[in-house]
Amino acid sequence: MSLHIQDLHATLEDGTEILKGVTLDIPQGEVHAIMGPNGSGKSTLSKVIAGNEGYVVTAGTVTLDGAEIFGMSTDERSRAGIFLAFQYPSEVPGVSNANFIRAALQARLPKGVDIDAVAYYKNLYAKMDLLEMDRKFTARAVNEGFSGGEKKRNEILQMMMLEPKYCILDETDSGLDIDALKIVAKGVNAMRSPERGMLLITHYQRLLDYIKPDHVHVMAEGRIVRSGGPELAHELEKYGYDFLKEAAFA
Amino acid sequence: MSYQDATATLDLETREAIDIDRSKGDFTFPERNKFDAGRGLTDKTVDYICDVKNDPDWVREFRHKALKVFRDKPMPTNWATKDLENIDFDVIRYYLSDGEKPKRSWADVPADVLETFERLGIPQQERAFLAGVEAQFDSEAAYSNVKEELTKQGVIFCNSTEGLKEHEAIFRPWFGKVIPTGDNKFSALNSAVFSGGSFIYIPKGVKLKQPLQAYFRINSENFGQFERTLIIADEGSEVMYMEGCTAPKFETATLHSAVVELVALKGAKIQYVTVQNWSSNVFNLVTKRGLAMEDAEVRWIDCNIGSRLTMKYPGVIMKGERARGEVISIALANTGQHQDTGAKMIHAANNTTSNVVSKSISVGEGRSTYRGQVFIPKHLKGCRNNTECDALLINSNSRTDTYPAITVKGNRHATQHEASVSQVSEDMLFYMQQRGLNQGQAMSLAVNGFINDLVREFPMEYSVELKRLIDLEMEGSVG
Repeated sequence: MSLHIQDLHATLEDGTEILKGVTLDIPQGEVHAIMGPNGSGKSTLSKVIAGNEGYVVTAGTVTLDGAEIFGMSTDERSRAGIFLAFQYPSEVPGVSNANFIRAALQARLPKGVDIDAVAYYKNLYAKMDLLEMDRKFTARAVNEGFSGGEKKRNEILQMMMLEPKYCILDETDSGLDIDALKIVAKGVNAMRSPERGMLLITHYQRLLDYIKPDHVHVMAEGRIVRSGGPELAHELEKYGYDFLKEAAFA
Repeated sequence: MSYQDATATLDLETREAIDIDRSKGDFTFPERNKFDAGRGLTDKTVDYICDVKNDPDWVREFRHKALKVFRDKPMPTNWATKDLENIDFDVIRYYLSDGEKPKRSWADVPADVLETFERLGIPQQERAFLAGVEAQFDSEAAYSNVKEELTKQGVIFCNSTEGLKEHEAIFRPWFGKVIPTGDNKFSALNSAVFSGGSFIYIPKGVKLKQPLQAYFRINSENFGQFERTLIIADEGSEVMYMEGCTAPKFETATLHSAVVELVALKGAKIQYVTVQNWSSNVFNLVTKRGLAMEDAEVRWIDCNIGSRLTMKYPGVIMKGERARGEVISIALANTGQHQDTGAKMIHAANNTTSNVVSKSISVGEGRSTYRGQVFIPKHLKGCRNNTECDALLINSNSRTDTYPAITVKGNRHATQHEASVSQVSEDMLFYMQQRGLNQGQAMSLAVNGFINDLVREFPMEYSVELKRLIDLEMEGSVG
């Protein structure tokens, strides 16, 4: 059981190729990290997996526990168990966080079955406590007027509530101060489980000090150029990406 | 044309013939009218209505004068949509009723009418939270009742016919005074053939804790509904009135043209709440205006969903010092629909305050128009107006127009106007869909978010209904 990406090629709508053959296997129970310089295609990879219509898949497959996902819409993929924590989460004006998460959970239930409101709030408050979020947060509109740290915490809260099979976290550490980073990491670590696979996309080693990955991959120019254990992240931190690019194309 | 079928009951065939669409108002019962004024509008039509209703002479005269005004006035197509020209006044049926008097108990209401209102949830709402209900079926009220304790306090809640006959002393001085017959072509039409609607009088100092409600139901094809409502809140009194409307979806056009006059005497407060859900072939051309005397307040809380064309600009004339006027309005225009709505705020005394907040949503090829008029004359001082109108466009072929006319003379006033047009962005949709909401659910949520601050102004029972109606409208309207 895994989220498997096989020789994935994708372009922008204008034909510019961003992903140039990405192969990656994220089995249940493992945490993988993708690192790489800006523009290497990390974020594009996450959006293509989630089904963003701004990209065209020209070759390759992505399977979720063996099932091909490219025939599925974005919301079907979500309900099948793929979650993307956005680098820049969108605002949803006028819709409270509590109602938004509730609607997302409701969308996973069969027609005619309603969410148990009492159990829902109990669960929501427990997760918010873990992420050190104020109770007032439930009534605030989704991401409207949120600080960068609040937005990222909100992404993790949604992830914890939806309990996806595979989590993709896109630059979750960017714009976080060290205290917020620790809280976010606490949430992510609480989600680690033998039944769940995770993909952390990050520019910096810093996040990996708090969320220890099982595997680290380096992406450059739309390809995975190197894979290794956690020590690879430290090497990158020490020598920088240029060193790797040279290694890849030597 | 008229026929009567006293044996009309709900046999199986009838029940099966009732087509329940996704909108719960879309069903009809066979007609069994004792009184039918036939098609078209002549002096004879007006006389027929007067005869059936046994109108006093002053009303007969009022109607005939109004008919003349209606004939003389041109269609306002110099500024309004040309679609008005598609109304065929010769095929419309101006009066239909089964000849029954409004019942005080639901048990006495004929089975088909009772089932209609039960499906629309009216008796249930009455039990749950209302102080009184009037339920109109085509031209006449089928049910009308108000809590006994209110009657004891002197509250009057009946239909316009009863009002003008039995309470002439209170009714007549204000009738047609806030909205004169010649205000516009459709107020003249209503004045000629009006039937039904509510007459409400709240005595001095009486504050109603629960709302009064009227429900207007069109059952017959080609029918024109012309209810007439007059609400008088005496000094220091308070009342909330709510109206709902539905019609089945017929092949041909239906006309609804009401006149609603509100009078808030010194220190009184009237809130008038509308949730309209007409089917998509109803021309809804309504004139609504309130008069606010010293320290009085008139609030219109208005939601327009459905209809083919709605033209409605609730207004407040602030005639006494420190009077307040407010219009809170939500409009949703789907493909084939045009919501031409807005507000009129006429400041006629010092230190008067008006507030207009309008939000419209255009879906598919739907078109929404905001038309506002604010008038503050030079000789006054200390008047304030705030106008906000926001439009949300769902599809690339949706349309919205804004025509705010704010006339402020003199320099001792404060006015503020804000307008915005927005779209549901691709990013926002992707974000919501990534959380598992399909496109329709995501759009519904975005729309509900857009109007959320206004929905809070509606009574809770109506805001739930409002949300449900919007979900239905958004379902399948995206892509």
